[in-house]
Amino acid sequence: MTTAPDNLPPPDDPREALTHHLPALRAFAISLTGNVALADDMVQDTIVKAWTHIDSFQTGTNMRAWLFTILRNTFYSHRRKRKRELPDPEGIHAASLYEKPEHDSKLAMTDFRAAFAKLSDEHREVLLLVGASGFSVQEAAEMIGVPPGTVKSRASRARSRLCALLGMKDGEHMLDGVDGSTAAVMSRSGTQAA
Amino acid sequence: MTQDDQRPERKGLGLKRQIDENLKRVYQDALEEDVPDRFKELLERLRAKETGK
Repeated sequence: MTTAPDNLPPPDDPREALTHHLPALRAFAISLTGNVALADDMVQDTIVKAWTHIDSFQTGTNMRAWLFTILRNTFYSHRRKRKRELPDPEGIHAASLYEKPEHDSKLAMTDFRAAFAKLSDEHREVLLLVGASGFSVQEAAEMIGVPPGTVKSRASRARSRLCALLGMKDGEHMLDGVDGSTAAVMSRSGTQAA
Repeated sequence: MTQDDQRPERKGLGLKRQIDENLKRVYQDALEEDVPDRFKELLERLRAKETGK
């Protein structure tokens, strides 16, 4: 009879699942910041916090959501400290001086990334949570700490903002004859009328 | 002024789908990157620290 190696926590220790969530956590951090070095620092902080505060994780709940919540809190406190000195190693801002696509009905990824990087942190966050990483509106609401209705309206505003940044007005395929400024005015008056 | 009723809802949905596909791609691209060893090492250190005390 062999005993389990004593340098490992018991197998039911939820911390054993941390490794499993690392790629998603890191993907969230990288997409949120657009900066791998900063993202990795945040992931490191998140792991240390998660490890040392595992008591506050409720077994049976969604660990990924718990980790993402720690990461976003880390992000906002990093952000408060670093303010505007964020480096731009990937030239995201330079890339944002893009030419509007002439004919493409598809969103070119380069343009899309540039536009996405220009969104506010809150808009990037909500789109990543509900649009990209597959959390439900309810889960995202709990993670961000706002009501589900706020998540929905924020996500919708973030999408509109993306469209505006991408100059979707030229996307005749998508808007089919309605020119962009008209569509924008229409959607704006739609919200004001409410 | 009831022109708002003519908002292109259906086309709007197509746009939304397209945006979400791109968002998934941004996230997916990041997801496919290799996780640096520093994180595995970090977990080892945390584990060792705990059992070492």
